[in-house]
Amino acid sequence: MFGFGKDDTNALTMNQPHPDSLLDTGVQGVISKPLDRVDGPKKVTGTATYAAEYAIENVAHGVLVSATKGHAKIKAIDADAVKAIPGVIDVITDYDTFIRNSQQGGETSAPTQGVRTIDYFGEIIAIVVAESFEVARDAAKQLKVDYEPLDGTFDYEANKGEAEPAPDGLIKGHYDQGDFDKAFENAPVKVDVTYTTPSQNSAAMEPHASIAVWEDGALTLYGAYQMPTSDAQQLAKALGVAQSKVRIISRYIGGGFGSKLGIAPESVAAAIAAKQLGRPVKAVMLRQQVFDATVRRSNTEQRMRLGAEAGGRIVALGHESITSNLPDEDFFEPVGIGTHFLYGGENRRINHDVVRLNWTLSGSMRAPGEAVGMVGMECAMDELAEAIGMDPIALRKVNDPQQDPELKVPYSSRNLTRSLEEGAKHFGWDQRQAPGQRREGDWLIGMGVAAACRSNQLQQSAAKVELHPDGSATVSSAMTDIGTGSYTIMAQIAAEILGLPVEKVTMSLGDTNDPPAAGSGGSWGAASAGSAVYLAAERVRERLAKAMGVKPEDLTLKDGMAIGDNRSVPLAELVGKDGLSAIGEIKPGQQEKQFNQASYGAHFAEVGVNVVTGEVRVRRMLGVFAAGRVLNAKTARSQCLGGMTFGIGTALTEDLIHDPRTGKLVNHDLAEYHVPVNADVPQLEVHFLDERDIHANPIHAKGIGELGISGAAPAVVNAIYNATGVRVREMPVTLDKLLDHLPAL
Amino acid sequence: MKLFDYARADSVATATRDGAVPGARFIAGGTNLLDLMKLQVETPETLVDISRLALTEIEEREDGGLTIGALVPNSDLAADARVIERYPVLSRALLAGASGQLRNKASTGGNLLQRTRCYYFYDPATPCNKREPGSGCSAIGGENRILAILGTSDQCIATHPSDMAVAMRALEAVIVTQKPDGDRRRIAIGDFYRLPAATPEIENVLEPGELITHVELPPAPAGRQTYRKVRDRASYAFALVSVAGIVAIEGGRIASARLAFGGLGPMPWRNEAVEAALVGQEPTDAAFHAAADALLADARGYGSNDFKIPLTRRTLVATLRELTQEG
Repeated sequence: MFGFGKDDTNALTMNQPHPDSLLDTGVQGVISKPLDRVDGPKKVTGTATYAAEYAIENVAHGVLVSATKGHAKIKAIDADAVKAIPGVIDVITDYDTFIRNSQQGGETSAPTQGVRTIDYFGEIIAIVVAESFEVARDAAKQLKVDYEPLDGTFDYEANKGEAEPAPDGLIKGHYDQGDFDKAFENAPVKVDVTYTTPSQNSAAMEPHASIAVWEDGALTLYGAYQMPTSDAQQLAKALGVAQSKVRIISRYIGGGFGSKLGIAPESVAAAIAAKQLGRPVKAVMLRQQVFDATVRRSNTEQRMRLGAEAGGRIVALGHESITSNLPDEDFFEPVGIGTHFLYGGENRRINHDVVRLNWTLSGSMRAPGEAVGMVGMECAMDELAEAIGMDPIALRKVNDPQQDPELKVPYSSRNLTRSLEEGAKHFGWDQRQAPGQRREGDWLIGMGVAAACRSNQLQQSAAKVELHPDGSATVSSAMTDIGTGSYTIMAQIAAEILGLPVEKVTMSLGDTNDPPAAGSGGSWGAASAGSAVYLAAERVRERLAKAMGVKPEDLTLKDGMAIGDNRSVPLAELVGKDGLSAIGEIKPGQQEKQFNQASYGAHFAEVGVNVVTGEVRVRRMLGVFAAGRVLNAKTARSQCLGGMTFGIGTALTEDLIHDPRTGKLVNHDLAEYHVPVNADVPQLEVHFLDERDIHANPIHAKGIGELGISGAAPAVVNAIYNATGVRVREMPVTLDKLLDHLPAL
Repeated sequence: MKLFDYARADSVATATRDGAVPGARFIAGGTNLLDLMKLQVETPETLVDISRLALTEIEEREDGGLTIGALVPNSDLAADARVIERYPVLSRALLAGASGQLRNKASTGGNLLQRTRCYYFYDPATPCNKREPGSGCSAIGGENRILAILGTSDQCIATHPSDMAVAMRALEAVIVTQKPDGDRRRIAIGDFYRLPAATPEIENVLEPGELITHVELPPAPAGRQTYRKVRDRASYAFALVSVAGIVAIEGGRIASARLAFGGLGPMPWRNEAVEAALVGQEPTDAAFHAAADALLADARGYGSNDFKIPLTRRTLVATLRELTQEG
């Protein structure tokens, strides 16, 4: 995968802290500035080309065929009638090669293949290819499939008793420390409550889309994918071709939120069809197919047991979850991932059980683990604070540990308490009243707080920086920008180190022909690909110093000039006629074992609950975040705004409903799967704490994208309790769950 | 989407002629029909485009009411100064519906003819008696959170999704149509819709080719008007329950009341027994609860929509309080 090309490579494995950063000594002054997105003008003028928009000559239009059974065997597909429809080119199926479900992010193997047996309603079983999209869609609808029905497992409630321990993965399936049972039993104050969250869908605006083009046995796939480097490996494996024969181009992505981490069914279907037909094939998933046949966030059931001393110190911490997934899938929603390190407590039990259902694949969706696990953890903390009679912020401060309570290693940087204190001050937390006390007309008003945490990850990534003879630069990497701002921050890093205005840096992302990178996922993109850019630019800078005849530390680069040894020379004069280029490559190392690395924050929410109807409306939210260096104050803020908005959806509206008779998703469109709309999202305020993390990477940044969602939902839910005195433990908190508990009219 | 023929009507006469051909459907804003065509819930052979017909005016009537052209966009109707002043219940109902973009495209006539938002109606992979008569109702025994508690049958529990039509029902609007033979009908909105009974696929009394040309609003009744919509998110969600209310107080007693409801039944719902329970009464909670009793006497929940029964009671009582409080 790595060792790309013959360019000069500056590789760094994070085995040591990296206290000095060129981003602190650079004088260009562009890093951290709230610059507009460099890709913004292209996006708003419609000239940013998304996967489905490439104008490919002779492209045929494919529409995927969805199974209409929840569990069945395909006996036969009668394609003759459909093939006779004018404009239809062919009906393509390959029972062995079509993928049953999307692959998880970062995997290098093919996803589960084979569609002779249908394992969930809406599984993709064929692709109809026609001269127009409309004809293909009509024909796909008409395809006759003969099924042999099988008994399926469609009902979570009826089957959750069959849940089994999750296999160890990103985190352990089961974890026990100390004597949890005894400590909980003996704890002076106890909370034992169960929270649930439903299945969710990422609901990215852009549906999954691929255009497959074969040339001389090599495939170019224009796809909407977050991790092209590993996606190309998955695709090659699925198709049974050499990895060198698959190129993915994914330059602009209309949102992913995890749903585009691994390859989805449309990529394989388009590639097979294009190969068989000898012409390019485009396949765009229908909105309902995006819901049915890509990936959902699993529903969760979380039993929270907190045992504490009278002063609030937690002595027993239990977080036991049940989630669901298809048979034979290793992924489980890591509900307790944040629970492992957020609070102290010697006696701990963090368990994950999985029930196997014939439901759409469950996989990563924005902040897998924390986004929903923090609902259980942080709502239970609110309940514990009340049981003790303690302020919820004070309770969290008492339990803010000095080191990782399980691994017994220090935190690389941790500003939870400061986030809570700063947030309380800005939000006016001291105005919070006892539950059910504040009323304005028909509205009960309440405030809630929750902590935010998200483990930081560094993933092996590379990038190339070229300094051209005209003094401009190009940065290229198979990193992606899924709307987060990667284009902009990577340009800012290169510009800061090379002393260039950002306009002088041209970005090229999302092409597997460029140096491999981990792509966008797990909030690692900025830190990982950003560090690769740092390292490449550092090497170019070293060579400029050499050309100047000065030591690197004696070189200053600003506005296209190299300054040192009492001389000031345009870069163009130093780079030579061939320009300078270098590859930067970052790898995780011992630092992530020697330190617990995570970002932290605090969410504050004020809600109104209508005393007549139980409608909940968020009135304002405020988040304080500490995520290392902020690389661009505007795009970082936007990430947090988006995360907080996601949190509102988790708390109040998002509920992907499975029909218990078939497992099918009932509300699989954007009209009835309710993501928050503008009117649901009030004033959101974002503050960043000044922080550097020298153990994380050379740019001292940690992940932000998923920090904003982590804890956002429980802050809202806790505010609902403060407004009404009613604990709703079943997400989302729709009005029907409050109605019976509101005062009689 | 199935292939279809397209005919652009240049007059009401050609529209009704072309619209009378089997398999023809009128299209104006297309905000509902196009979605349904993509899913092949609707599979017209021909679309008769009426969007260029001269039915876009809102005109004064001699009796003090308004005549609204069937093609007046929802946005324009909601913003009309006469509507805002004389029929605030209608303006509010319109603005409570859909989104700004949809209201710009959606027409007055089309809004009346919206199809249900029942999850299963939208999904041809599941049985639905409204979509495919005789195939069964997936919502009964399935997910029915957003579906009806009044006027249902064992064949269908769909709701009518319109907000506008609920206000119009309270205003006793008259729907004016023209048939292919040139005959015009004036149909009271209370007579326009049909209950599902054994034929949920038939939703109203329109005949083949019959085109809604106008909606007449009688002079506004006396009293205070309001529209209260309860929904799962603050915008772009269909009503769980909505109430269009017009109540007049004289001498400390309720002199007249008009109440229509959305989200409860297969049509914009009105039950005159509810209003009769109020007229002549002092505006007390006891009277309001009696009205709710009358409304909900025959209500039936189907599981996940059971909550609509208490929600309707609470919303009605609160709406009546709002309409009758002094000041």
